[in-house]
Amino acid sequence: MQFYIQNALGGLAYGSLLFLIASGLTLIFGLMRIINLAQTSFYLLGAYIGLTLVTHGWNFWLASVAGGVVTMALGLAVYSAFLHRYHADPLTSLLLTLGLTLILDDGILALWGGDPHSIAPPAIFAGSLSFGTLVFPVYWLVVIGISFTIAAILFLTLQRTMLGVMIRAAVDDEEMARGLGVDVNRAFYVVFAAGALIAGLGGLLGGPITSAYPGLDGELTPLAFAVVIVGGMGSLGGALAGSLIIGLVNAFGKALFPELSYFTIFVPVALIMAFRPQGLFGRKL
Amino acid sequence: MNDACLELRGISKRFGSLGVLDDVTLTVRRGERRGIIGPNGAGKSTLFNIIAGELPASGGTVHLLGRDVTRLPAHRRARAGLARTFQTTTLFPRLTAVENLVLALQAHSVERFHLLAPRSRYHARDEEALALLDRVGLAACAETLVDALGYGEKRQIEILLALAQKPQLLLLDEPTAGLAPADAALITEMLNRERDGMTMVLIEHDMGVVFDVVENLTVLHHGRVVADGPLDAIRGDAKVQEIYLGGNL
Amino acid sequence: MSARRRWVMTIVAGAAVALLLPHLGVPTFFVSLLTQTWIIAIAAMSLDLLIGFVGLVNFSQAALFGVGAYAVAIGATRFHITGFASGMVCGIIAAVVTAALFGLVALRAEGPGFIIITIALNQIVWGLAYQWVSVSGGDNGITGIVRPPLGSIDLSSNTAYYYVCLAAFALTLAVLMTVVRSPYGLVLKGVRDTPRRMRALGYNVWFYRYSALLLSSVFAGTAGVLFAWYNQFVGPVDLSLDQSTQFLIVTILGGLGTIYGQLFGALVVIFLSNELSSITQRWMLVLGVIYFAIVLYAPGGLVVLVPRLWDRLRGKRIAIVPAERP
Repeated sequence: MQFYIQNALGGLAYGSLLFLIASGLTLIFGLMRIINLAQTSFYLLGAYIGLTLVTHGWNFWLASVAGGVVTMALGLAVYSAFLHRYHADPLTSLLLTLGLTLILDDGILALWGGDPHSIAPPAIFAGSLSFGTLVFPVYWLVVIGISFTIAAILFLTLQRTMLGVMIRAAVDDEEMARGLGVDVNRAFYVVFAAGALIAGLGGLLGGPITSAYPGLDGELTPLAFAVVIVGGMGSLGGALAGSLIIGLVNAFGKALFPELSYFTIFVPVALIMAFRPQGLFGRKL
Repeated sequence: MNDACLELRGISKRFGSLGVLDDVTLTVRRGERRGIIGPNGAGKSTLFNIIAGELPASGGTVHLLGRDVTRLPAHRRARAGLARTFQTTTLFPRLTAVENLVLALQAHSVERFHLLAPRSRYHARDEEALALLDRVGLAACAETLVDALGYGEKRQIEILLALAQKPQLLLLDEPTAGLAPADAALITEMLNRERDGMTMVLIEHDMGVVFDVVENLTVLHHGRVVADGPLDAIRGDAKVQEIYLGGNL
Repeated sequence: MSARRRWVMTIVAGAAVALLLPHLGVPTFFVSLLTQTWIIAIAAMSLDLLIGFVGLVNFSQAALFGVGAYAVAIGATRFHITGFASGMVCGIIAAVVTAALFGLVALRAEGPGFIIITIALNQIVWGLAYQWVSVSGGDNGITGIVRPPLGSIDLSSNTAYYYVCLAAFALTLAVLMTVVRSPYGLVLKGVRDTPRRMRALGYNVWFYRYSALLLSSVFAGTAGVLFAWYNQFVGPVDLSLDQSTQFLIVTILGGLGTIYGQLFGALVVIFLSNELSSITQRWMLVLGVIYFAIVLYAPGGLVVLVPRLWDRLRGKRIAIVPAERP
């Protein structure tokens, strides 16, 4: 029994991190048709920046937000300088974000070296909880809590604010939204910035679970993409559902089939493709 | 019933809670020329997409030459004898006019699987394409990329592609859309000349074209068939005149 | 001189250089790099078929390539499949089977959906190579791959293997150039440009995409086998997303929709990476920037950029000459 709870909690925690990456990925794609390959690199960069600040005595939470702010600034810069012209061109924008990933990855390697860095959670949350034979890090619950809070904020923004309405209208039908006077371009900037921000601050937040090392972004990319496939492109609800599913599949896969755990991600992806290609919450293609 | 080329029985279409077509039933006989008219938003293009197989109907059945094709995908209906044109020009912009037509001409031939022989060997096919272009006076455009052609020429090729399929049923979606009167007249002339006993169903807004080409009319309004019959009868129908706001029929 | 004659002469000259190179006194390392170029060019041409002619941006080409490499490696080290032909067949079949499975899943989506799924699929195969240690050797990969003799010719020398890879490249080039100019190739272009019209004309668009994927995998697998024999070692990095990215960079650089351009893409990437990596540790960054610039400013790739630059250069010279005249 504790095996299931342990892995379920671990899976939910990992899935929560995936949500921080996938939410931006799916919204950026849904709104701008841009496949942002650099999303996981933003996560990694945020982790490294946050870590550097923490080693200089910064508060953990402030450091993670600061990491997010830097990646947001970087993302905005790249978007406004290069990407915004290609928002309707999935191939070119993909190639550009691919180039960005290459540059970022090597930059990270240059600045922080190739050794992996473990990241400690803040002291108050550094312990474990035990219920009989069940033991797990407190920090798992913290991560789940924070992600769900961010998810709630995103949902409320989309559903209740004017900005959210604009974004949803533009995702639904960009031409129509423009025709109705919606400042769609502003929505693009906001969404890209938000995606980069959340991924970046997720980096340090997730650090105690994933660590930080060159290549982490490459490992997270297919998971993040599996989330978007399963959940449905352009759907925030899908990103949440998909993240939890992939997080759980990944955790149980690692526990039950350690030699094939990456392969187990294939199962939900293949099932979705076979029976519901638009994803759980995606719109009918 | 075996006189029927196209039969629609109770076709309905909903997008979510939005109803677009409701209980559309009509029969087009072989060799008949039918026009489908109606105000914007009446559901004409949606109906075409359902007939052609691009869109599934929410209810009802489609029968082509006596065969229930409701479950068949678009390309299988094309192989069963259906050809269509599109309201927005849907050609192959990066290919030449000849290449565009060759694609239409070789679609039913085993040739389309030949991968180890260069196209330069298929003279007969190229000449067939050239002959088709010549029939509408576009032989000079043969080696031009379609993207570089004028709008009027593109609309002509739009129809030529469908004709090249030698279809039993030809669906034309606003063939003269956006054309100046002179070019529209060319299209009308082409349609009348190349008819060859083919069954034609035409969506049009330009009444001049409608009157020149079709013999029977079906009028759609808010997704329903409100009138259906010979051209002259529909012209005089009060209900239809009302729909067109002051009878500009 | 007509353009056509210039083309033919360039090709003949190029072929002559390629054939004579090992005997021109260049260092063996150089010959080795060129051998690698032939192999990467084969993989890039197979990818160009998909991207440039069918419109499928396949991020899992490395998986197809790598599966071919692993298949021949596992076949040789475990099952004593040590012949040239048998190894090649082994690798190609593995690649084609993988592509067949991939296609069933990935072709349920179009455009960006396809891209995203192929990214996931590539990494799933990578995950297998990395984690299924009992079969793949995990991170340590598979070592000790021996180059089989081709008939009676021993391929252990750099020069001999150079010619084998050159021949494979030439054959692939000839076949793919013919395919893209065939009636089937025209269908592929139609599917790439306007699939909606292709369906209306009676073509089964899915079938053409699927068959093109299988065809492409034949050559990707071939490249994988040749690579395994070249490197004499196969590891997970050979089917990683990084490898897929490299193929993509080569293909974009060379010029999408050309097939022959991929030779230049491969030459530039391999030699540039090599030169850069000896100059700076940040060669990947430089390559990334160059690549970024090409995507922005020269999307047609080198085959378009180089002639344009050449014309520009000549244009400038012509402008100067009149000024020099008295």
